[in-house]
Amino acid sequence: MTLLKAEELYGGYGGGDILNGVSLRVDAGEVVVIVGPNGAGKSTAMKALFGLVNVRSGRVTFRDEEITRLSPDRIVGRGVCYVPQEANVFPSLTVLENLEMGAFIRRDDYSAQIERVFELFPPLKEKRSQAAGTLSGGQRQMVAIGRALMLDPKVLLLDEPTAGLSPKFIDLIFERIQEINATGVSILMVEQNARHALSLADRGYVLVLGANRYEDTGPNLLANREVAEMFLGG
Amino acid sequence: MIDFLQIVIYGIVLGSIIALGAIGVSLIFGILRFAHFAHGDLMTLGAYFALAGVAGMSLPMFAAFGLALGATALVAVGIDRALYSRLQQVSPIILLISSVGVALMLRSLIQMIWGPDNEIYQSGISMPWTFAGLRIQPTQVMIVGGAAGLMLLLHLFLQHTRFGKAMRAMSDNPDLARLSGINTQRVVILTWIIAGVLAAAAGIFLGMDTRLHPIMGWKLLLPVFAAAIFGGIGKPYGAVAGALVIGLAQEMSTLILPAAYKPAVAFALMVIILVWRPTGIFGGKVL
Repeated sequence: MTLLKAEELYGGYGGGDILNGVSLRVDAGEVVVIVGPNGAGKSTAMKALFGLVNVRSGRVTFRDEEITRLSPDRIVGRGVCYVPQEANVFPSLTVLENLEMGAFIRRDDYSAQIERVFELFPPLKEKRSQAAGTLSGGQRQMVAIGRALMLDPKVLLLDEPTAGLSPKFIDLIFERIQEINATGVSILMVEQNARHALSLADRGYVLVLGANRYEDTGPNLLANREVAEMFLGG
Repeated sequence: MIDFLQIVIYGIVLGSIIALGAIGVSLIFGILRFAHFAHGDLMTLGAYFALAGVAGMSLPMFAAFGLALGATALVAVGIDRALYSRLQQVSPIILLISSVGVALMLRSLIQMIWGPDNEIYQSGISMPWTFAGLRIQPTQVMIVGGAAGLMLLLHLFLQHTRFGKAMRAMSDNPDLARLSGINTQRVVILTWIIAGVLAAAAGIFLGMDTRLHPIMGWKLLLPVFAAAIFGGIGKPYGAVAGALVIGLAQEMSTLILPAAYKPAVAFALMVIILVWRPTGIFGGKVL
């Protein structure tokens, strides 16, 4: 079943178009990875799914309902949550308060969800009363992902979740992303560590200049010589 | 020594009044990213609303004060909806200039309705209490106690309620607040309600401490901004600390300078902090 779908999106941030007809699809239970050279519009394509880009033409649907021009605060209510690449925590709020803000629109008791995030990222439990701004980069990324999990989303959008992390944390974050996916959350992520990301992806897209270039399963993209030579550094 | 302690008391009273204004300025900057220049005149308006309750409708003191806090909050929200919210898409400097316009409008309106003369809440002289040579007016106790009570309420709100935390979150990172699903428009309205209530309280306390005059709030705007900047703008707790420093410094300066130089002391402190540490002592945002 297709959850989130973008059809031939054109648009950008007000100037010229960055997206030139990109189409994406996330099915239930999938891990989908977007790769491509710098400036290909990978992050912009992801933001367009979340109402953060001026989409000039094309449409975005979630479970066959159009969400193209909904604002982000409406889209999270549908079950799509987004983790930006940068500035993705509230630095002066504690870890626990960051998670509470992720659950802002929930009016029920979400303590079980907090426990689930703590199980996924045990260091956060210890540091629950510490300001998020004082944590290490890897731990901040855990808070950022944890915040987005608080609404128990159907689709989680991750913009370069391992950017700037040490190798130890890169492995850990990828591992956790697979665990999150195993609980039934579909995942769409943009990644610089293309090989690593594609190796655990069900499907992958290669974008060039805001349009689709290749679309295939993760292993097939990795095995595709053209893709490997052009975009994965040989 | 007694003289010095007496001045400390005056400084704490003045600091409490400045703090109520500075918290509002700091919160508004944190949420909306602009320096609200009409804040002084919002204080004046609150003071005159209370006067209308006490003298016009002959309400009991506390009822009149409560009414004035509510009315001022309503005006603050009204100004935001009618003006500031429509200008939010443009640059913050335009919001700042428009708030100078609002300041002039409020002041003129107050002058048209209540006249340009000094006013007082209660006639007659109240006898100060004396402790070991220190003179303390009952109104001074009320001002410091009232300000402390309001600050405690704000603290509890910011730390322990859903919308209080959302307000801090939005001050930290407005984009992330929006994409977490926080209703940012409601946070903005709430910010104006709080800023309006605190501004009205500051105005009323200033009126109790001295007298009411259409430019009373405008004259306090400089120390209010100095306090907000001193504490790190966007940081309400820093604003309280900054206000006490400014209040005490202004009063203590009278030991060595003529009293007319009090505003200059606040100004000098503001310049020093901007040169030495533009983010304030608690590391807020840069204006």
